[in-house]
Amino acid sequence: MADTFELGGRSYTSRLIVGTGKYRDFAETKRAVEVSGAEIVTVAVRRVNITDAGKENLLDYLDPKRYTILPNTAGCYTADEAIRTCRLAREAGIGNLVKLEVIGDQKTLFPDVPATIEAAKVLVREGFAVLPYINDDPIAAKKLEEIGCAAVMPLAAPIGSGLGIRNPYNIRIILEHSRVPVIVDAGVGTASDAAVAMELGCDAVLMNTAIAGAKDPILMAEAMRQGVEAGRKAFLAGRIPRKLYATASSPIEGLLG
Amino acid sequence: MHLTINGEPQGVSDGLTVADLIKHLGLNQQRLAVEVNREVIARERYTALTLTDGDQVEIVHFVGGG
Repeated sequence: MADTFELGGRSYTSRLIVGTGKYRDFAETKRAVEVSGAEIVTVAVRRVNITDAGKENLLDYLDPKRYTILPNTAGCYTADEAIRTCRLAREAGIGNLVKLEVIGDQKTLFPDVPATIEAAKVLVREGFAVLPYINDDPIAAKKLEEIGCAAVMPLAAPIGSGLGIRNPYNIRIILEHSRVPVIVDAGVGTASDAAVAMELGCDAVLMNTAIAGAKDPILMAEAMRQGVEAGRKAFLAGRIPRKLYATASSPIEGLLG
Repeated sequence: MHLTINGEPQGVSDGLTVADLIKHLGLNQQRLAVEVNREVIARERYTALTLTDGDQVEIVHFVGGG
């Protein structure tokens, strides 16, 4: 049976979700997304430049028929701004899936959890499949699940920090109690970080800067794809327990006398 | 009449609909969303909704983001 996960009523094979920010140009974005194998890509909602309307559009490079486009509410600091952004995103004709971020502080970009919960309530009622960005906080995860969010997305570390999973134990607690997909969102720095997230049993990993900010984004996109796949397989395979002392791999019998 | 489009004051001809405005600005209707006075406008209403003097219009689209 294929190893897939469900999100907002659709089934996905790739467990890597990638952002589309910070690339040199749309051609590089497209190439990195292709190489990453991602089926879901995040985008931001921003004002059109009305004085220079002839410019190319991101969606000219990322066909919404091929990819699930996941609009975010990055840059929103209140529940109202985030709700407004989601309503606009839906009207742009992409679907019901939204990545809900209500930022609490400019320096850390940590989420404002009470505002996130407030926005999630409204959005779920309006029929959105809400994917909230939260701290690695099992209580926030539980509350958002109870509201009816389609997944929960705890951060590994601050957005763009590349610090990797700072609190794997909290992620484990979230995983143990969650009945919706758990997606590690933000803070991944390199392929081993993505593998760790998957080895913990997360359903998917979402990242942007780790790929777009690498010296060679295309090669990193490939590394991330492989890291996620390796971590997932290791999780499914079931790792050996950690032990303090050695256990020989070679037989004791038949040693030279 | 005068509209505020994405925060900028703009003089446009009277009686413009949302669809007319999008065309006037040279934009692709399929790839954007429009708000008039904070209300999201469904695509089906673009040809029917006539803008009035002083309307606050927001036109957004998707850009790279994480």
